[in-house]
This record gives sequence, structure tokens and C-alpha cells, in this order.
Amino acid sequence: MDSQVMTIAQVQLPVDEVLKIQKHRLMPSGVSVDELEKSGKRISVVTGIHGDELEGQYVCYELSRRIGEHPEALCGIVDIYPAMNPFGIDNITRGIPAFDLDMNRIFPGNHHGDMNEHIAAEIIKDMEGTNLCLDIHASNIFLTEVPQIRINELHKDILVPIAMKSNVDLIWVHGASTVLESTFAYSLNNRGIHTLVVEMGVGMRITEDYGNQLVDGIFALMADMGIWKGDVPKVRMPVVSNDETGNDVYYLNAPFSGIFFKERSHGSMVQAGERIGCVVNPLTGELLSEITAPGDGWLFTIREYPVVEEGSLMGRILKKSALEGMGH
Amino acid sequence: MKEEILYEIKGLYRDDFRVKGYRFGGGENSVCIMGSMRGNEFQQIYVCSQLIQKLKQLEEKGKIVDGEGILVIPCGNPYSVNVKKRFWTIDNTDINRMYPGYSLGETTQRIAAGIFEQIKDYRYGIQFASFYMPGNFVPQVRVMKTGMENIELAKQFGLPYVVLHHPRPFDTTTLNYNWQIWETDAFSIYTTSTSAVDKESAKQAVDAVLNFLSKQGIIQHRGYEGFISRVVESHDFVNVRTAFAGFFEKIAEAGERVDKGQILAKIVDPYTGDVRQEIVSPIEGIIAFAHNESMAYQNTAVYKLIAEENEA
Ligand SMILES: [Zn+2]
Repeated sequence: MDSQVMTIAQVQLPVDEVLKIQKHRLMPSGVSVDELEKSGKRISVVTGIHGDELEGQYVCYELSRRIGEHPEALCGIVDIYPAMNPFGIDNITRGIPAFDLDMNRIFPGNHHGDMNEHIAAEIIKDMEGTNLCLDIHASNIFLTEVPQIRINELHKDILVPIAMKSNVDLIWVHGASTVLESTFAYSLNNRGIHTLVVEMGVGMRITEDYGNQLVDGIFALMADMGIWKGDVPKVRMPVVSNDETGNDVYYLNAPFSGIFFKERSHGSMVQAGERIGCVVNPLTGELLSEITAPGDGWLFTIREYPVVEEGSLMGRILKKSALEGMGH
Repeated sequence: MKEEILYEIKGLYRDDFRVKGYRFGGGENSVCIMGSMRGNEFQQIYVCSQLIQKLKQLEEKGKIVDGEGILVIPCGNPYSVNVKKRFWTIDNTDINRMYPGYSLGETTQRIAAGIFEQIKDYRYGIQFASFYMPGNFVPQVRVMKTGMENIELAKQFGLPYVVLHHPRPFDTTTLNYNWQIWETDAFSIYTTSTSAVDKESAKQAVDAVLNFLSKQGIIQHRGYEGFISRVVESHDFVNVRTAFAGFFEKIAEAGERVDKGQILAKIVDPYTGDVRQEIVSPIEGIIAFAHNESMAYQNTAVYKLIAEENEA
């Protein structure tokens, strides 16, 4: 097996530093990249576009660790990109510090644009030849999510069947929106490079169970693509929500600014009227609001960060009707 | 003048979040003027305050035409201004990327919806805007090409330039774009500065708005006639980029006319003082935008020029 760390983009910074975007390439020895790509055997695992989302760090490490245990089973290319936004990771910042810019709003980038647009364009260029890409996110610092794949309705026919094999708990197909056209995943899917957006866990933390679950899924996908001939864990059947119209999910937004205490965990089934948490005012000692489920369903998102403002999202419930349609 | 709270959210440990408006005249919703929506837009607030001063005087003298209503909102985001943070305090979202808003959504969607609800039915919408890059502008009116833009009207501000801008995917959630979609003639005015108050360009912006209002028959005012605006497309701007990072030693300023081959700035090695690059003007033209920070990154568009030969 060949294993190599490669720089895919670099920029000189003002004061004695070079910003580099790097990847780790694992592939069998004695085979050409071209040949493997042409036979559909290149997978790219990407994370760290949002610098405060760290769940993907575990996945990147665990993936190369497990491959390293059985290098003889590797039959294709595995490219691991753990840090698309190194500044953000170093600064505990979602966006790109100094620019106050969400890196997931600048794709496909521009080779002749500014530093960040240039890097984005180089990243897209490096993805050419990839047969499947996973873009791993970790929600944000506010919300915890069950492992899920989000798919733009425009790409669902191709992506849902692939996502079914990835060992996540939920596939959420959402409506198209102009704003999302500048995301990494949209840019790649638009170029015919199949890309799955994974959301799982919570920002600033690592949830080992979720990491292992997704790594299992990646091995299943790799086996399916002919990249891996070693043992493959059995994958679970996800819930699929075809939510293009936005009717499958109840959104729980805070009615008041206050401190939110969560009382239910993400992944629990809840019934109409059941308490999920409450919003309080520690200054006056008031209970400002009891947060209850508007209907029966599956609580797949819950607020982790206690401070809320009027409007802050506290949870999402997949309606029971959407679950039943699936036979769950 | 009537002061009014247009939108409000109760705070927990901070004072309530309030968006205030100042109304002049009455009757029709003739023109709405929006100031800062980001925490660093001090100049945009200042311009509104100076405009409010003028409108107060005009109103006292009975110079606001009967049946014409003017609303000025100096700041749509006091929370961010007061903590000197550019975007929203808790989640770093940008209110000017949330229009038309959603009243049942997240906080900044609610704020955008709350503001938009109050201002969407105006005939004219004027926003004092800022650019995403740090720098100084030659004063200009920007109009988004949505198919509903009105260029002739934009010229009536009498600012040196009218810039036509093709919306990119993320522009569809700005106030300017949504105003146009809701059939308001919308204009974004860029003055020289953002986080530092520039009185001279603020005065020019106030004069431009008064000039516009008077030409639309909303106020009676004789003052500044301004410039005959030159119309340029934003993609006709010539970007001059840094090839290296380092200290940015500016020589030429926004608004200056420069020759082809003229040295506009230098990039200097921050440790040794060696000149890494002389930034040279590729054309003869006017500097529409100049970077104004001491350091520049590699590939930064430190100047945007308008070519001389394009002059009508
Ligand atoms: Zn993310």
C-alpha cells in the first residue's frame, strides 16, 4: 500500500507562514491513479470546512487506522482531507477567521479570485476523478444531530440509493435553494461528482460512537465500489424523509430569550404534548416556557447550547406520519 | 418627526433588542432609508443621523410635500454594533443574508422579517451598504440587475457612479434584492468608509439622498445638483491583485485618476522591509475601490479600477 501526505493548495501568508490544505492518499502499490479512477475506485472523505465541527476528525483518523490494519484489502484510492479550513480549526471558528466568511458559501471558487476563492477552486480541482465524496459536518455548536445525510432534491435520484448504504440513521431530502448553490457539495454534485453531506453529533466535540458508525458505513461504501475487499460491517436501514416541501418536520423555536434546559435526548421517540425541555430566566427565577412536542415523532435534533434567544432552534422532530410512510 | 419602535425582541441579560424608525411627513409610503445592519457599519448610522437632522429642518419649514411619507432606520442591528461584532451576536449570522425573513424562524430570520414587514411596501428603498472587503470606495449607487432595476432613477442621486451588479446566489437574500422583487425601486449607496466616520462623504451621501427626494417630488429642496453619473457594470471593474502577502503601502487613493503603469502601492516584506511587489495600474482609469488595511493577503483585490476608455 502507498501512503502519502500531499498538499493540494497553498498560499503564502503575510508574516512567515504558509497556509496549506493537505490530504492523505492511501492506495494499493503498483496501480495507476488514472486506472483506479476510471474503474470507479476513488473515494474522498472531506471534513473541517466548518472549523468548529470536529466529529470528522475521528472519522479521518479511524478510517486510515483501520485501512492500515489490513492494507492488503485496499483495492482503490482513499483520499482523506481532514482540514479544509485550517484557520477555523485553529481558532475554534466555524467560518474563516480574518475574513468572517463561511467557507461553504464560496464554492466552486475562482482560480483568479482572492485567497479563499483560489483555495476553493484548487480544492474542487483536486476532487476531479473522485467517484464518491463524503463531506462530514457536525451540525454546529448549538445542536446535536443523529447521524444523517442531507440531500438536495435536485440530486436525490442518484444520491439516496448510495446514502442508503452508508450506515446513517436518517436521510433527509430537502428542497433546493439558491443560497445552497455555493456549497462544496452542490458544486461537486453539479459537476457529476457524487457527494454526500453527513451531519452528525455536535460542534466542538467528538462522539466516538457516531464516528465508528460512520466509519463502518464508509467501509460498506468502499466495498460496494470495489475499493475494499476486507470484512465489512453490517449496515443499518436509515429512515428516509422526502421532505422537499418541508412538511415532514416540526421545528421547535424558542418563544422567549432565556436559558434552555434539555430534558430529552436526540434520537428519542416523543409524543404530542410531551415535554422536551424548558426555557427559564435564572435572574428572576421564572419558568418562561415549557417546550413540548407539537405532535408524535422522532426527535432527531436537540439543542445542546443552553443560551437561547427568541427564535433560536431547540429541536427538530420528524413527524410520525413521515416515519410510518417508511414502515418504521 | 415621529420616533417609533419597528421591531423588538426581549433580551435575557441585555436590554431589549429594538429597531427604531424615524418618520417624516405622512400618507404614502414614499421612501424608506435603511442604515446599518452589521455591527461595523458606523458610517451608515452616521449618514442616517445627518439625514435625520436635515429632514427635521425640512419638516419644520413645511418642505416635505403633502402626502409623502419618509421612514429612516439608522440601525437594524444595535446588538452587534454595541459589542463591535460584525454579524449577529450569538450565531454570527448576517441579517442582510436573511431577507425576506421568516417570522417563525430563527432569530435573525425573525429580525429580517420584522423589518421587511415594515418597509416592503415603499415606492423607493435606499440602503447605506458596506462591502465585504475592507477598503474605501468612490461614492456610488449600486443597483442589482434583477430585471426590475431602474437605472435612470439611480442617476438622480447625482453621485459620480451608478454601478450595475449581477446578483450572485447569495445576493438573493439581501434587502436590496428583495425590495426589488417586492416592486420597490431599490438602491444601495456606498460612501467612502464603513467602520470609521467620514464626514465629507457622509455629507455627500445626505446631499445625494435629498437631491433624489427632491427630484421625485417628495421634498422641496434646492441644493446640490451633483454629478452626471457614469453607469458601469460591476464586472467591468478591473481588479488589481497582490501577487504576494505583506505590508500594504498605499500610494494611490480611491477616487484618484491613474495612468497605465503608475505605481499604486507596494507590498513590503514585514520582517526585512524589502519590497516584494510594486503594484502597477494595468490601465488608465479611476480608482473605484482601494484596500485600506496595513496588511494584505496574497491574491487580494487591493484596487478596483474603472477604465478610462469606457467613459461615455
Ligand atoms: Zn458544517
